[in-house]
Order: sequence, then structure tokens, then C-alpha cells
Amino acid sequence: MRIGVLALQGAFREHQKILAECGVESTQIRKNTQLDGISALIIPGGESTTIGKLMNEFGLFEPITRMSEDGLPVFGTCAGLIMLAKEINGSRQARLNLMDISVERNAFGRQVDSFEADLDIPVLGTRPYRAVFIRAPYITSVGRSVQVLAKYEEKIVLARQGNFMAAAFHPELTADLRLHRYFIENCL
Amino acid sequence: MAEKGTWLVKKGLAEMLKGGVIMDVTTPEQAKIAEEAGACAVMALERVPADIRAAGGVARMAEPTVILKIMEAVTIPVMAKVRIGHFVEAQILESLGVDYIDESEVLTPADENHHINKNAFKVPFVCGARNLGEALRRIGEGAAMIRTKGEPGTGNVVEAVRHMRMVMGEMRRLQNMPKEELMAAAKEMGAPYELVLQVAETGSLPVVNFAAGGIATPADAALMMQLGCDGIFVGSGIFKSNEPAARAKAIVAATTHYSDPGMLAEVSKNLGEAMPGVEIATISPEYRMQDRGW
Repeated sequence: MRIGVLALQGAFREHQKILAECGVESTQIRKNTQLDGISALIIPGGESTTIGKLMNEFGLFEPITRMSEDGLPVFGTCAGLIMLAKEINGSRQARLNLMDISVERNAFGRQVDSFEADLDIPVLGTRPYRAVFIRAPYITSVGRSVQVLAKYEEKIVLARQGNFMAAAFHPELTADLRLHRYFIENCL
Repeated sequence: MAEKGTWLVKKGLAEMLKGGVIMDVTTPEQAKIAEEAGACAVMALERVPADIRAAGGVARMAEPTVILKIMEAVTIPVMAKVRIGHFVEAQILESLGVDYIDESEVLTPADENHHINKNAFKVPFVCGARNLGEALRRIGEGAAMIRTKGEPGTGNVVEAVRHMRMVMGEMRRLQNMPKEELMAAAKEMGAPYELVLQVAETGSLPVVNFAAGGIATPADAALMMQLGCDGIFVGSGIFKSNEPAARAKAIVAATTHYSDPGMLAEVSKNLGEAMPGVEIATISPEYRMQDRGW
């Protein structure tokens, strides 16, 4: 099994490091020719406008959409969550439109409002999950087939829809492997 | 309980900028061009370094309304510069809500002996460095991101290359040293011992390291990436060129595909004239920006 990590911009190496700690092989995806043979895709944190423009320029939207419709599991974190969304409030920026969620960008404020907090994520057990939110988005509404996995102060920050999972925070920046493991064990 | 302004949060934003290009802009229109080209952040300034160099006199923090207009114009992070040691300019920028502060040698230093105590702020800082000792001193003061100084406003990449090779070489040297030599190395480079130990163990800086100062072409950006930096600052290189939008987009693509020569050739086509360059030897020592700070 080999998981592709979209490596156009952002914290892709951190995701690869965590996957390696989970004992899973990973590969960097910059061009559509590199998508062959991957078992899942991770879209990392970064700037969603930058990632969207580069995906467009290098022809990644069409093959990723097609593969996802054929069952390729996708996990998006922060900017990745935005890329997975159907609706981005107040924005027409490029997106994959794979999850029936509406998101608000920079929803907690600018960098001075970025924060760390303990989350209760029932599917990961009772131990709190330390989450890092950086100029983070959150999910403002979800469709009926979307499962809400965690909230922070009533805002939806982790959700799953079939093989797709989206986090508003950065599991790639902390040493806790549980969320990547959950994705590998349940979405693949 | 939410904790703001933690080390992880400060350093984390820089992690999210990696593999991206941060562009100097002086107006909301330029900021939009940068965002449209795929910049991962913009640096809000009154003048780009090449114009600061040409104007002479004292260069200071940009006027707040310039910065606020740029913050309103784009959704990507906005950085702004303060003079070395000018912690009140930094307090002002923090209260404006800028996302990152660059304590920068491009502006005229306010303090010849002391840099800002960056640990006292919630907003993260990026600082320039010519070598590993300088980088680790800035990190010791609280910088959550480092960039090469290069020689700003010249369109000449040679100094950025010198500084990146210096930092990388010194890190390799520390990694190969027996432990008993690390204290002397810390003393020689004037760096905090704990950080020297950390670099010797990991072989890398504890924060993100970008290239800056003289980058003018897609090939320059890819060169710096291949030398091992995490991302690119372009100052005068974009808006002092003939076709800023096309050049900005090409530098973004080159930073992503830095190790793919075919792609680099493709994106380098038809960009018009680059900014006029300056030979470093023609700049007299008192006008060299990289020697500001220590």
C-alpha cells in the first residue's frame, strides 16, 4: 500500500513522516502522472488558493475527481478540508467538491487568533486529542450523509463522508498518530 | 482551553507556507496579482527593496493604512516588516493583526546592538541570517522562521546562495562533530548551546528556512530550493520586472517543480525582461543591507 500526499505546497513532508511512523509507504504527488497506483490521497495544510491554482495548472482536478468517484479515499487537513468541500462561503476558488459540507475560511480569525486545544474525538477513544488550529477553517453545515466526528466550541472541525475525511486542524504537526491510523483503518 | 501564540502555532504557520512563494507588494492591486498568481503569502511594504535602495534615507515600517488595505484585499496571510530592534513598530503591527512580522535588514536598523525579544509577542516573526550562528541567535530570541538575507533589491542571487550554502554546510559540520566539540562550536558561532545540540542531532534548523534577497527568475527560485531551502521570498523581482503577473506565476510553479528541469524550462518561457540586476561588488559596504544586524 502506498498513500499519495499532494506536494504542490504546504506541510506535505509532515504527513509523510507520520505515515512512515504508522508503517505506511507514501509518495509525493505534483503531476497527474504520479497518481498511478496510490491507495489513498492526503491533501495537506497549506494555502488553499495556492494549492487550487497549482492543481488547476498541472491538470490534477480531473484525474483526482475521477479516482475519488471510483473509490479513492481522500483525507484533507485545513487547506485540504477546503479543497474537499462543496461550498466555500463567499469564495469561488477552485475545489474538488467531494464532500457535502460548507466551510468558512479563516473562520477563527487571523494568525494572532490561531490556537491549540484539546478535542474530544469519540471515534479515537477517551484520551483528548491535542489539535493545532492555524488560520483554520471550520465546517458551517453538513449534508445528511456526513458524519460529524468532532466539534470545538460547537463548530464542526472533523467530519467523514464514506471514504473522505476532513479536519480543520493539523494532525501532521503533532506526534499523535491516532487520526492517520483511523483514516487508514476505516477509510481505505 | 485554547492556547494562543504558542511556539507550535507560530512555527506551524511557517510550516504551512513551505514550498510556496511570499511576494513583496506595495498596493492592494499588487496583492491581488500576487494572490492570483498563487503566492502563499504577501509582504506588505511602502516600497520594494530596489526602490528603498534607490531612495536612500531612513526606511521605516509601512504606514498602517497601506498594510490594512492589503489585508482587506487578499485572503492569504499578510506579513509586514519592522526595523531591526524596533519593538514598538512590532507592537503596532501585532495590534493591526498582521500574520507574520519580518524583523528586516531591508529597513534602517533602529538598534545597533539588540534585536527584538520576539518571545514577548503572540504574532510570529521571521528574521534574516547569513550563517548558522546568526540563525540560531534569532531563533533563541523567538524567531519562528528564518530566511537568508541575500542582498535585497539587487536581482542578484549570489548572496542568497552564499548564505544558504553557509547555513547548510555549518549544519553538516555540527552533525559530524563529536559531542565534546559542540560547546566550542557554540562559542565560536555565538549561538545558544541548546540549539547547537539540537541541530547536531537533527541536521536541520528547528524552524522553517526560506530563501530571500536577490531572487529574480524561476531558475533562481528552483536553485535555492535545490540547495535545500523550504520556500521563497521574492522582493523586487516581481514588480520590478516587465510582466509581473506572468513572472509571479512562473516563480510559483518553479518553486513547486524545482527538481523537474523540463517543467522549469516550460515555465521560464516568454516572461519578458527580468528586473535589472546589480553586481554586488559595485555596492559600497555602507549600502550593503546584509551587514545590518548581527
